[in-house]
Amino acid sequence: MKYLPLVVKNLLRKKTRTLLTVLSIAVALFLYGLLVTIHGAFYQGVEMAGADRLVVRNRTSLIMPLPISYKERMLQIDGVAEVAHATWFGGVYQDERNFFVQFAIEPEPYLRMYPEFVISKVQLAEFMRDRESCLAGRKLVERFGWKVGDRIPIKGTIWPGVWEFNLRAIYDGKRPEDDTTQFMFRYDYLDERRQFGQGTVGWYMVKVKNPDDSGKICRAIDTRFANSPYETVTEPEKVFMTGFVKQMGNIELLILSIGAVVLFTLLLVTGNTMAMAVRERIGEIGVLKTVGFSDRAVLVLVLGESMTIAGIGGIIGIGLAKLFTLGGDPTHGFLPVFYFPPAKIVWGLILATAVGLASGLVPAVGAMRLKIVDALRRV
Amino acid sequence: MAIPIIYNLRSVRVRWRTSIVAVLGIAGAVGVFVAMLALAKGFQATLVASGSPGNAIIRRAGATSEMESVVQRADVDIISTAPGVAKSADGRPLVSAEVVVVASLPRRDTGTDANVQIRGVSGLAMDVRDTVKMVQGRFFRPGVAEMVVGKNALRTVKFTDVGGHLHLGGTDWEIVGVFDAGGSAFDSEIWCDAEVLLQAYKRPQGIYQSLTAHLDSPESLQRLDDSLTSDPRLTVQVDREVDYYAKQSQAMSAMIRVLGFLVAAIMGIGAVFGALNTMYSAVSARAREIATLRAIGFRGGSIIMSFLTESVVISLAGGLVGCLAALTLNGLTVSTLNWQTFSHVAFAFRVTPQLLTNGLIFALIMGVLGGLPPAIRATRLVVASALREL
Repeated sequence: MKYLPLVVKNLLRKKTRTLLTVLSIAVALFLYGLLVTIHGAFYQGVEMAGADRLVVRNRTSLIMPLPISYKERMLQIDGVAEVAHATWFGGVYQDERNFFVQFAIEPEPYLRMYPEFVISKVQLAEFMRDRESCLAGRKLVERFGWKVGDRIPIKGTIWPGVWEFNLRAIYDGKRPEDDTTQFMFRYDYLDERRQFGQGTVGWYMVKVKNPDDSGKICRAIDTRFANSPYETVTEPEKVFMTGFVKQMGNIELLILSIGAVVLFTLLLVTGNTMAMAVRERIGEIGVLKTVGFSDRAVLVLVLGESMTIAGIGGIIGIGLAKLFTLGGDPTHGFLPVFYFPPAKIVWGLILATAVGLASGLVPAVGAMRLKIVDALRRV
Repeated sequence: MAIPIIYNLRSVRVRWRTSIVAVLGIAGAVGVFVAMLALAKGFQATLVASGSPGNAIIRRAGATSEMESVVQRADVDIISTAPGVAKSADGRPLVSAEVVVVASLPRRDTGTDANVQIRGVSGLAMDVRDTVKMVQGRFFRPGVAEMVVGKNALRTVKFTDVGGHLHLGGTDWEIVGVFDAGGSAFDSEIWCDAEVLLQAYKRPQGIYQSLTAHLDSPESLQRLDDSLTSDPRLTVQVDREVDYYAKQSQAMSAMIRVLGFLVAAIMGIGAVFGALNTMYSAVSARAREIATLRAIGFRGGSIIMSFLTESVVISLAGGLVGCLAALTLNGLTVSTLNWQTFSHVAFAFRVTPQLLTNGLIFALIMGVLGGLPPAIRATRLVVASALREL
């Protein structure tokens, strides 16, 4: 620590260069924050999946329905605690670009299934009382400036006509990563008004008593409905969500390759700056060693310099990334959860320090090994 | 008077280490920029190519995609005889009433399920869509559980080789041929007889989802539209097939583009910092040279031009490297989920000359931004003291 003033003095010698290097690192770490957030947005469903929840869908495809009678039959299976269903509505609010997820649910069991959705008791009671009521997530409400009591018209695309809903309740997520951009309404309203498809639902969510039994229960459900016109596929929620993201294409690879390009360039930029700084100061380093600075002290000096640059840059970059993500989803509705979690912030700072260490290492070792006579001889 | 450009080229070579860092920084930004736009372009091109300007697609009014539309047999008969619909050589109207279902089928590479679009078409589908060609085997026979697969579907989905069997909707289907739809979204589909598909899925006969009609000339669309929308027996909307598919690609390609621009802009800022660093250190290392140039009579303007040229040379080199890197992706097939139809669509990166030009322009802008401030600083040096400096 006693070398700190010396490190600071050295950094301030070429102010522009130091500033530019700090900013390069800040930009790279900002990008890191952004990529992590985008990745999180795609994998949010996987991360947040409940270990005790299973998804039951039509074997042919998710968009094919299942009969509503399956609920009772599934409840008879050992180990099943609860069954709730949901049906995709796919309507359009004002304009096709205002995309958000809408589905019809059977309120009580469905909301019991998702304890992470927090709703005030008063609003929940209101929601249950009104047949045409709907429930929307906090972010969705903020996006369109709705308030409780608003009448929201949605144009049906599967079931034509304009459907109007009364906003009775708003839910919040228990964790910041929870998706609060969904729109839910009552299944009985849908089933009564729709022109076709009565008595069917989109998919079932099943809660199991013990997550360890989920494999057995998945097989039991699928066996029960085998060889019927509506065969099922049952999977733990996590598996279902992973399959879903996989279909979007290899997002992981895309993000990793951009990240690698950025990190590589960043190492070059800082490494280059440090190499230049050391090269210019060879004579000085010789003098330092002559007056009694040990080899290790010189090593620490140079490393301290590169790590300070990386550290400051990292903090600025991560801070800006956090600010940016607080501003919300830049694609308007495609990435419902746009959140930069604290654990990933810590990883970013570790990454910045590692870059500082790696980029300073070669010049620092060079400076450490420098012989006094060679250093002083060079002008 | 201008300073010879060879002076700059040589000094770039002398400081090759810092120059390479700047080149790579710019190459990274340009590469990502071009690659992301190529991805968006490829997706759009695939869907747009699926439509033909000579075809009209007819859906129930209000349905945003085929998935949600319903067209009845009675409607099909009315539309077939409407003005503007082309006739085949033997006088049959060139229309194809179609049913689309999405099936989860195992992928060849991972064994996990992919949503594949199965399209039930009429026997005349190949005449309606004249860009689709059989490349292997034969077309399915009407009334039989036979399927033909698109060339991308063949590559991604298991058990789709000619002679193979798929079990779908309680029916055993035989694969009898492979078709090539010229890189369009149809290449990711599997086609079969609409009536057989309806039976297999236990859907009522005679209820289709959309109808594609070949127009007797591309200009007839208006005539067909007028006659169908004014017919009180129908509630349909008529779209040119190209427009329908272009619209489907909008949301997805907009998302790729927004993310691509965002990432490229941030990398671009980083690259400008890298270039600034390189050029500032070039200026300070060459203070004496610059002062000498000034002393022997070169003006400030020529010195600015000279350093700017140097930074532009570096940035264009970076731009070229980035473009070449992105070019290696050209034609690489990737696949994603089309949100409008909820099914798998394969498409290729499409690096067009225009995108490469944009990449180079992007590099040029970074070079000018990174070179101008150091160049101005170079002219501000006080000649006498710079000459005295060691």
